[in-house]
Amino acid sequence: MTGPFLKPKRKNPLARTTQPLLPPSARSRKAHGLTLAAATGRFMLQCCGECGRYTYPAREACPNCLSSDLTFKGAPTGGSLLSETRIEVTSDPYFREHMPWRTGLVQLDCGPIVIAHLHGGCGGPGSRLKLSLQLDRAGQAAFFAKPISETPHMEDDPQWREMTADPRHRRVLITDGRSPLALPLAQALRKAEAARIFVGVTDRWKPFEQQALLEAIEGVEFVDLDLTSERSVQELAMDIGAKVEILINTADHVRPAHLFDAGATNTAREVMDHTVMGLMRLAQAFGPVMRSRGADGAAGTVAWVNVLSVHGLSNVPQFGVHSAAHAACLSLSQWLRTELRPGGIRVVNAFTGPLDTEWFQTVPPPKVAPKALADAVLDGLKRGLEDIYVGDVAKDIEARLFDNPKAVEREAGQ
Amino acid sequence: MSGDILGAFAGALASGAVRVVDLTHTLSPDFPVIVMPPELGQSAPFRMERISRYDGGGPAWYWNNLSFGEHTGTHFDAPIHWYTGRDLPLNSVDTLPPADMIAPACVIDCSVDAAQDADFLLTVSDVMTWEEQHGRIPARSWVLLRTDWSKKSGVAYANLQADGAHTPGPDAEVMRWLVAERDIIGFGTETIGTDAGQAGHFSPPYPAHHYLHGAGRYGLQCLTNLDQLPPTGAVIVAAPLKIQNGSGSPLRVLALVQERSTR
Repeated sequence: MTGPFLKPKRKNPLARTTQPLLPPSARSRKAHGLTLAAATGRFMLQCCGECGRYTYPAREACPNCLSSDLTFKGAPTGGSLLSETRIEVTSDPYFREHMPWRTGLVQLDCGPIVIAHLHGGCGGPGSRLKLSLQLDRAGQAAFFAKPISETPHMEDDPQWREMTADPRHRRVLITDGRSPLALPLAQALRKAEAARIFVGVTDRWKPFEQQALLEAIEGVEFVDLDLTSERSVQELAMDIGAKVEILINTADHVRPAHLFDAGATNTAREVMDHTVMGLMRLAQAFGPVMRSRGADGAAGTVAWVNVLSVHGLSNVPQFGVHSAAHAACLSLSQWLRTELRPGGIRVVNAFTGPLDTEWFQTVPPPKVAPKALADAVLDGLKRGLEDIYVGDVAKDIEARLFDNPKAVEREAGQ
Repeated sequence: MSGDILGAFAGALASGAVRVVDLTHTLSPDFPVIVMPPELGQSAPFRMERISRYDGGGPAWYWNNLSFGEHTGTHFDAPIHWYTGRDLPLNSVDTLPPADMIAPACVIDCSVDAAQDADFLLTVSDVMTWEEQHGRIPARSWVLLRTDWSKKSGVAYANLQADGAHTPGPDAEVMRWLVAERDIIGFGTETIGTDAGQAGHFSPPYPAHHYLHGAGRYGLQCLTNLDQLPPTGAVIVAAPLKIQNGSGSPLRVLALVQERSTR
């Protein structure tokens, strides 16, 4: 059984901040098929194209028929616990700090036997379990077993919290309060019991529509933040850098321009300054301090979310500059992910199709409601995802890119 | 005055008989800039990024890279800024005649009216009332509209409402009249533009820009410390950066004021 995760006490300023450590992270290249599944919230195992059997651990040939036709396929998530081990002592530096730790041998319904991390609500041997693939603090895939039905405070299980980025009792920075995402995000974070919601606002002398509604949300605090100003970003990090456990970068700048327009380079520079350079300024100011606080108590730093356009994965001419900027943001985000990994910080990319907002006014549906995107980000944090595709357009592009990227490119202008 | 005019002037500066008033706001990232509808091009705000500060990037020296639009902070508008002045000779900041950079100023105090009405508009009759008291505006003078708007900051300074900015300025007729009948060299304000916040709805739209630049005259905006100037007698030094084909530039605006006791 899991007790509720209570609001952590204030840290003793005389105590040293615990330094982040990571669980063992060596994986084979093949095993990253599991990483891909875990990053997107899927449950996939290698399945033999000839004999149809699932296999684990990841390998080059089917242990049953020796066929090399082994691809990762969606698998049923059910399993039965064969045995459990409650680890009290270990020589592994990461797990030493999280003792005791429950693991178990699980017989998957699809065949293989795996070692899984066990949720506190799981019964003893013989009990039925629901499996998922989770990214651990090192960013590597691991099996996690939960009881079939909901148990009280299920999301507060300490082992589960290590595999996720739950905002509960954490302080969150939303970088752009003027974004249509800010309000639904702040509302969702409030509902998820975030301890505090800092909302960055540029040019406070320019009024904005949702200001009063944002202000009315308990826990929301406006802070000056302009991603186009190095000084502004750094000054905010000096103030609250050590108080941000989840950073959600909502900054965007959609300005249409044709590649051959006379002023297109100006537009592109402006868009890049808000998005790419903005992300870089944020990374420089907030990255180091967030990385250093990855093990700062039970509600330490845990995630950095970038809201990206799915067209960053493949350019659409209608939003050519925007696509190019988000392609650069994605590249930067991958870099940031590597840099934050030593701190156990998850960098989450939420890829969205056109939003139902003013700058995509002329785009026909389906479009993504800001609330749907906010809910998807919250769901991703709570489930510990790394790549989230929101809305029909984004999901379609993801699937088509997986199938044939060249086709996506050719069809983009049509 | 004796033959040594500049010697006497230097003496007056040294003795304090001539006071130098800085009419310039500090150029900083937080200072509001003009806002255009978002689908139009925007002025880049003032930004400063460090090259080095006695560190790895330059062990013994401190310096920065700057970026800003031509029309940020306390700034100068050249005739080429507006379509009405596009074909005039010497219409950009690099070709601006140096003699025009120093000129006398008439300061019209409308601070009481502006405090009561953010949309206060200067009219010909206001200027004529001022002239009754202080004399006719000499040709080639700056006319500076004192509103004390520079004492506001942030939201109150920009005063952006759902229907646009509400800040004081001149009406259309007074701009035509000041240029045609008084031959002013330029018009200066404490607000973000030489025109009123709602001037886009005037006829012609943005009359200060329209008439001033159409006649090869200049604009100064985001001025401060106008309350330290006498109604007449101050001399303005306004030398914009020499930017090739530039439409304007941030600049340091100085006023030379002869102390009352020495007049």
